[in-house]
Order: sequence, then C-alpha cells, then structure tokens
Amino acid sequence: MVARPSGRKANEMRSMKAKVGIIPNADGSAMFAFGDTIAIAAVYGPRQLHPQHMQDPSTGILRVNYDLLSFSVSERKKPGPSRRSKEISQVTEWALSPVLDLRAFPNTVIDVQIYILQADAGTRTAGINAASMALAHAGIPMKNLICSVAVGKLDKDLALDADNAEEHYDEGEGHTDIPLAKIAGTDEFTLMQLDGKIPPEMIKDVLEMVNKGCEEIYEVQKKALKEIVE
Amino acid sequence: MSSMDITNLTKEKLTSMFNAGKRFDGRGLLDLKDFEVEYGVSNMAEGSARVRMGKTEIIAGVKMEVGTPYPDSPNKGNLTVSADLLPLASPRFEQGPPKFNAIELPRLIDRMIRESGMIDLKKLVIVEGEKVWTVIVDIYPINDDGALVDAASIACVAALKNAVFPKLKEDGKIDYHAKSDERLPLVETTIPLTFTFYKLGDNLFLSPVREEEEACESKVTLGISKLDGRYMINSCQKGLSVPFRQEEIEKIVKLLPEKYDEVMKTFNKYLK
Amino acid sequence: MIENEINEENEQIESSEGNKRWVVVPGEIIVSGEDFLPGEGARREGDNVIADRFGLAEVAGRMIKVIPLSGAYIPRRGNVVIGRVVDVTFNGWLVDTDSAGSAFLPIAESPRFLNRNEMDQYLGIGDVLSAKIWSIKGRGIDLTLKGRGLGKLEGGFIFRINASRVPRIIGREGSMITLIKEKTGCNITVGQNGWVWVKGDDLDSEIKARKAIEFVADKVLIEGLTDKMEVWFQEN
Repeated sequence: MVARPSGRKANEMRSMKAKVGIIPNADGSAMFAFGDTIAIAAVYGPRQLHPQHMQDPSTGILRVNYDLLSFSVSERKKPGPSRRSKEISQVTEWALSPVLDLRAFPNTVIDVQIYILQADAGTRTAGINAASMALAHAGIPMKNLICSVAVGKLDKDLALDADNAEEHYDEGEGHTDIPLAKIAGTDEFTLMQLDGKIPPEMIKDVLEMVNKGCEEIYEVQKKALKEIVE
Repeated sequence: MSSMDITNLTKEKLTSMFNAGKRFDGRGLLDLKDFEVEYGVSNMAEGSARVRMGKTEIIAGVKMEVGTPYPDSPNKGNLTVSADLLPLASPRFEQGPPKFNAIELPRLIDRMIRESGMIDLKKLVIVEGEKVWTVIVDIYPINDDGALVDAASIACVAALKNAVFPKLKEDGKIDYHAKSDERLPLVETTIPLTFTFYKLGDNLFLSPVREEEEACESKVTLGISKLDGRYMINSCQKGLSVPFRQEEIEKIVKLLPEKYDEVMKTFNKYLK
Repeated sequence: MIENEINEENEQIESSEGNKRWVVVPGEIIVSGEDFLPGEGARREGDNVIADRFGLAEVAGRMIKVIPLSGAYIPRRGNVVIGRVVDVTFNGWLVDTDSAGSAFLPIAESPRFLNRNEMDQYLGIGDVLSAKIWSIKGRGIDLTLKGRGLGKLEGGFIFRINASRVPRIIGREGSMITLIKEKTGCNITVGQNGWVWVKGDDLDSEIKARKAIEFVADKVLIEGLTDKMEVWFQEN
C-alpha cells in the first residue's frame, strides 16, 4: 500500500464545500468544492430554445456547457471551448439527464452553465455535483440528485478523490483516473470514464469506494440545499 | 426574445424619479453602489480578485507568460486584457461569438490600465528585444446587475496588486507552482479606475442597477488616476447615440476627482 | 380583479397553513405508509412517498405534495400574467412574458373591436399589459384580454420578482397584497409570471410599495410573514 502524497487514507475525500443560490440572476445556482477544486453552476430555464429547428415538441432539452476559467489552471487556458471541454460538457449532460423529467416543458431548453474557478483535479465531478444542486434549486422536476467523484489508482492502490499532485503519481503503474457519477441512493451509474491501467477484478472495489464517497457528497448537497431556506 | 428589455412604463417612471432626484434603492443619482473586494479567487492565478458591488459580481485574474516584445517596443513587456461575458452571469449573455459589449469591456479596461502607467512595462523585459513578460488580465462577470465596467476596473486593479511573478526556471520556462514573492512592477501611487456616467433625459447618474442601465440613453466611461498628486483623465469613450452637452461634460469632469476619492476611501482599505 | 384570479391558484398553497411543511430535496423520502397519496412534485415508490423536486413538502390529510421554492415561471392555462409587447404583427401582438415559449395576443382577443391600423396605437412595442393565458400550444402561449381587470396597463411601472414567490406576495386569501395596498395606497397587480405592476399617487408611495414587495419576495420561507410585514411598515 503506497502512502498517498496528500497523506489521506485510501477512501478519504478532500474537505467539501457547497453553497446554493450564489448567482441571483440564474433560476438556480450552486458552488461545489473538493479541496482546492472549485466549480460553480448556473441553470437558466426552462426557456425558449433557439434555433427553432432544434426544439423537440415532446420534451424539454438539457444543454450543458462546462469550461475552465483561464486562470483556474497553471498554464493559462485560452478562452473559448476546447475539445476537452466539449467532451466533458457532453458526458456531463448524459450524467445528469437520467434523473430529469422534462416532458412538461416541450420545445424548451434548460441551460446548465458550469465553470471551474480553481482546478486541482476532479473538475468534472465537482461540476456535476454543483450542476445537480443548481438544477434542484431551479425547481426542475428531478427524481433524485446526482453525486459524482473520481477514484484514482496510484501504482496498485486505489485512492478516492485524487488531487492534482496525486494525478501526477508516476511510480509503478502510475496514476489511473476513474471519474464516476451515480444517482444518489441507487446502484445506477451515469458517468463512467477511465484513463490509465486497472485490472478488471479491481473495478468492484472502485465502485464500492465511489458508493461510499457519494454518500458523503449527497449529505453535503442536501445540507446546502436546505440551508437556503430560513 | 430578451426578457430583460425595459418596459416603456418603467423607463418613464425612472425618468420622472430621476427628475425628482430619487432612485428605487434610496440612493441619490450620483451615489455609488457599495462594494467589497476579496483576493485569491483562484490559487492557480498569479493574482486574482472578486468584486461584489450591489448584486453585481465580477472576478478578474492575472496570468503571466513569457513572450516576445512587439517590434515597435522591444524594451517593453506586454499587457493583454480580455473578458468573457459568461452565459452563467445573465440571461442576456449568450454562447457564441462575442457581442460588442464583450469586446468593448476589456478594451476600456486595457486603456485605463495602459494609459495610467500603472504597470511599468519596461521592467517586464527579460532580454531586450527577445524575451519579455506578458501580463494577461482576464475578466469574468459572475452576476451582472449593472455597472460591469466600473466594477471590472476595481477587480482588475485589485488582481494586479495581488499578483506575483511565477518562478522562471533555468531553461527559461515558467514553473507556475513555485511562486516568487516578487510583485509586479506597479507604480505604487498610480491607481486607475473607471467611472461610467449614464444619461436619461437631462439626468446624469452613476453606478446603475440593471433596469437603470437598460433605461439609459447615453453613457460615457472615463478612466482616471493620479500622477504626482494630480488627477489625470487617461481614457474616455462615449457610448450610445444621444449626445452629451458641453455643460454636462464639464459637470462630469468636475465630479470625477470627487468620485475617485470616494471609491479610493473604500478601496484603500483593501489595498493595504 | 386580477388578484382574484391569482387567489384561486394560491389558495391551495396558503389555505393549508398550519399543516406540517418542511424542505425536501429530490429523491428524499417524505413519508412512509400505504395511506398517503402522492400529489404534485411527489411520487410513490413501494412503501414511500418521495420528492420529485426540491421544495416544501406539505402533508394535507392523506395528500402529499412538494411546493416549489424557486425556479423559472412555468405557464399554465388560466394564469394571469403581465407582459411587454415586443412586436406588432398583422393579426396580433407578440408579447414577452418572461417564460418558455413566446406569447401571442390575437387581435380578436382585444377587449373591444380594433381596426388593423389602430393596433399599434392601442398597444405598441414596449407597452405593458395584463392578460390571461387561454391556451398553451406546442410552440407558444395564446393570450386574451377578455376578462375583468385585463388590458393595457397605463401609468405606474413594472418590476420583476421570482415567480415562485408570487403566492407569498398575495398571501393567504390575499392578506399580504391587501396589507401592502392599504399601507401604500397603491394599485398593485401581481402576474403569476412574477412581473409586478405598481401605480400610486406619488413617487414615494410607489417606491415604498416596491420595497415592501421585494422584502417579502426575498424571504425564502418565513412563518407569520404578514405579522412581520406589519412591523416592517412601522419601521419604514
């Protein structure tokens, strides 16, 4: 068992922060942080979808945009969407949509805007957690919250919620990044990505670790949503 | 369809209120919104700051890069100011190519900073004619409730004041994770700010909330700083098509130093 | 007159004061037991009634529902809304009601007969009206001005509050809006879409009415708000 560079236990997450209602202009908004990774999300809609040919008369459409602020990373990110941010926007949309029921809003769009203020690994998962709270805050019909966290593998050992230093672990089998999202309190996974190397028999442990992490995330999300009410 | 456009009724009401010297939030027409500054929005930036001014919130961050000087100024470093009006911050901001407001905002701030001489660009030279530091200031509104440019001017100055150089490695590359304790070459006494004066009917007003800004018929943004203890106007741009009369222009430039001092009274608390 | 329309909607929410209400998040179990019936914003899963959205869970007898606390306005048939004319077409007006889908007011739905060439004198671009939603079709909302209290709004001004706070502004059986009207002497119309029209005798009473309404709208959840408002008026 390698010691984590962060000194955390294998299944120990970074301290989390969450706040709802951070953007008064938006219909719903939230902030979610894993340690030094800070994501903010705003939801606008349901509102009219332009161009009209994209409208769906049977349901509303979810549209997600994820991006990094230029100074959220060490080397300045050039403004405007990259291939990376377009892919993350799309998988985030797929991660969130299973809990939403938008049939009551035909021809409309619900826009989810996610931006990363400060990146220290786990930006997509923090973004999904923020967006899930912002969608709830926007009053969108929603079966459940979505919780998301990545499992890292450092050499041969799993490490929940790896930070940037841990993502650069380069001994042995190096670092493997496995970001996942699931519907809270269920066994249904809505985001699955993996980069690195991991034997198939370890996946069960990865899922168990994520289950534990998501339980903690859910409590943080729930608390933040309830806190906005006097 | 923009739902934020003002109604005829509200515009008429604001006109009659302004004629009587009143505002919905109880301020006088030339009273500024209160603001607060917070540093360290992103620890990945070389410097960053958040300004909350009423319900308007804006953040600015500074990144440093090593580049080549412009051929016409081989002995000066570079300054770039850019802004992105994120669709996160307002239902009026849309995804896609920048609209005029998104182009104008960083240009107004760029001129305010550059012309004030706040940054000593000569001290950003690493090898004359070959290698210089480039200072990049990025501006992002988080919630737009009017007066974005003036709020941005405070945020940008604060971010620059907050910034330190990253370490330059021996191979000439930057080690962003090793920050030096060396601050940017700023002229300590030069603090530029912008003030945008808005006009509705015959009334001049400052620091609008969204609906007031929507109602305005004309506006002018001025950058001001102090040089050797004297006030200096460094930049100016009039926007929208209604003209300003000479009497109004004279009133504006007379008010500028007073308003500058007023903001500095608060801002100084954050600059120490 | 318009408030009466709104009150019918509102009564369901406010008439149940005294019932147990608490905040729930999507997916949270509200109650367990076979006897309960899931209403709006709730669903049944096995033994449990579960929240289908974020909001205020309310148990009224056997019925469980979740009242939204935030979010965009969702148009419903019969709602009275306030809107702004954005275009005058050959057969009616295009109206911005700040909701998903564009709203259209056909010339035939104006309260009196209008010639095509008097349309923009009656309602021009930027003008404000209170109208009722009489149908919601695929791409849009159809409005009518036929009904008491509907029509062009003249004088006063418009401002917007979060649509989910409209029931609180109206109050139980209109108690809150009546109080604000009495204390300020203003005419006030609250559209279900969160647009508010205020017209008073002088600027100061109009400013006060807006402040009072915004004070109520800013409170996410406070019991006994009408009493708090009485105190507010003593202080302001």
